[in-house]
Amino acid sequence: MSADITSSPQRAPRPDWVWHLGVLVFVVVWWLVYQQLIPASEWITALFPIDRHSHTGEAVAFFFYDVPKVMMLLTLIVFAMGVVRSYFSPEKTRALLSGRREGVGNVFSAALGIVTPFCSCSAVPLFIGFVSAGVPLGVTFSFLIAAPMVNEVALILLIGLVGWHVAAIYLIFGLSIAIIAGFIIGKLHLEGWLQDWVRDIHSGANTATVLDEERLSMVDRYRLGIEAVREIFSKVWVWIILGIGMGALIHGYVPQDLMMRVMGAGTWWSVPAAVLMGVPMYTNAAGVIPIVEALLGKGAALGTVLAFMMSVIALSLPEMIILRQVLTLRLIAVFIGVVASGILAVGFLFNVIF
Amino acid sequence: MKSIKVYGPGCKRCETTVEMVKEAAASLGVEAEVEKVTDPKAIAMAGVMSTPGIAIDGKLVHSGGLPDAAKLAGWLQG
Repeated sequence: MSADITSSPQRAPRPDWVWHLGVLVFVVVWWLVYQQLIPASEWITALFPIDRHSHTGEAVAFFFYDVPKVMMLLTLIVFAMGVVRSYFSPEKTRALLSGRREGVGNVFSAALGIVTPFCSCSAVPLFIGFVSAGVPLGVTFSFLIAAPMVNEVALILLIGLVGWHVAAIYLIFGLSIAIIAGFIIGKLHLEGWLQDWVRDIHSGANTATVLDEERLSMVDRYRLGIEAVREIFSKVWVWIILGIGMGALIHGYVPQDLMMRVMGAGTWWSVPAAVLMGVPMYTNAAGVIPIVEALLGKGAALGTVLAFMMSVIALSLPEMIILRQVLTLRLIAVFIGVVASGILAVGFLFNVIF
Repeated sequence: MKSIKVYGPGCKRCETTVEMVKEAAASLGVEAEVEKVTDPKAIAMAGVMSTPGIAIDGKLVHSGGLPDAAKLAGWLQG
């Protein structure tokens, strides 16, 4: 009699093959619907009493194509990543990273940042958990930079809305910034700049409590995937709609020559300005990428747009406030300085190359 | 009487977890004192790396995400 406490009474468990089949059917239906998005959006736009080729027409068509497209991509990929993530946990990642030398450790750490489940609300316990288990400070930072910045939501939205080459650039340079920034912070030996109580835990106290590893079946992993989708949608759908709405406005109304002048490759100050603008903006990949697409479409330079996007996602004020509990202001300043320099470098580099 | 601690800095999922634990204990007739731990230091010392975490009588049983209802019942009865 353990099942009667759930809100909906539990039915007899479905056999595994029903789940496998269900996932397969879902993917096929998804694919079929996805093929129909452009005709559907044109059809909806045609229902409005507006000229398709006017500014408003462009904006409306963009909105009705992009909202369902983004939602569908998110559903599929977040589900898949929810399943993949069930093979990883912060505890396992910590075990893989503890005692690892800097350098190799930073590379490992940034890569694990992509697949380890992470929410900025548990950045503090995670930080302490890493540092107290002997993960070097710089390696911990590589993780903390990569985990929010390089994630499946960002990559898939970039592939879907902007193109796979920009997604690949973002992946490579996002990881590079995480690796190099963590490496530099490690070389600076700033352990003394942690808050006192964190240092105390670091030097002695053990946090050896280890959770018994649960064994998950494939069906459990599907369930975790579904849970991840539910959570993404309950959390980010507002951002997506706002972001796409903004993107649609830019698409329809912002004059191309203005954009070229302000965010074009010839304007050197546009990169630092983009980074500065990004810090107080609190949205996530889902909100910022539709804006990125629209900006690029209007002739903004790739480097400037990448810098803006990385700054919005990697340097967020709320996360700094959370980290303030474990880091001194000096250390936060170094963290921001190092990461911002990396982003600036990426921005300038791309504006020069392209 | 079980002493249950829910570790979390106060995010929405942590609140939900507290409610789930209370409801589960009530419906199973398990006497329990549920305490919410929000201090980051205490959370870290308990070995919780992803919140919310749950400890029953000093033993950590869960960490990261909402607990599964059936498992929660198992911990409470164990």
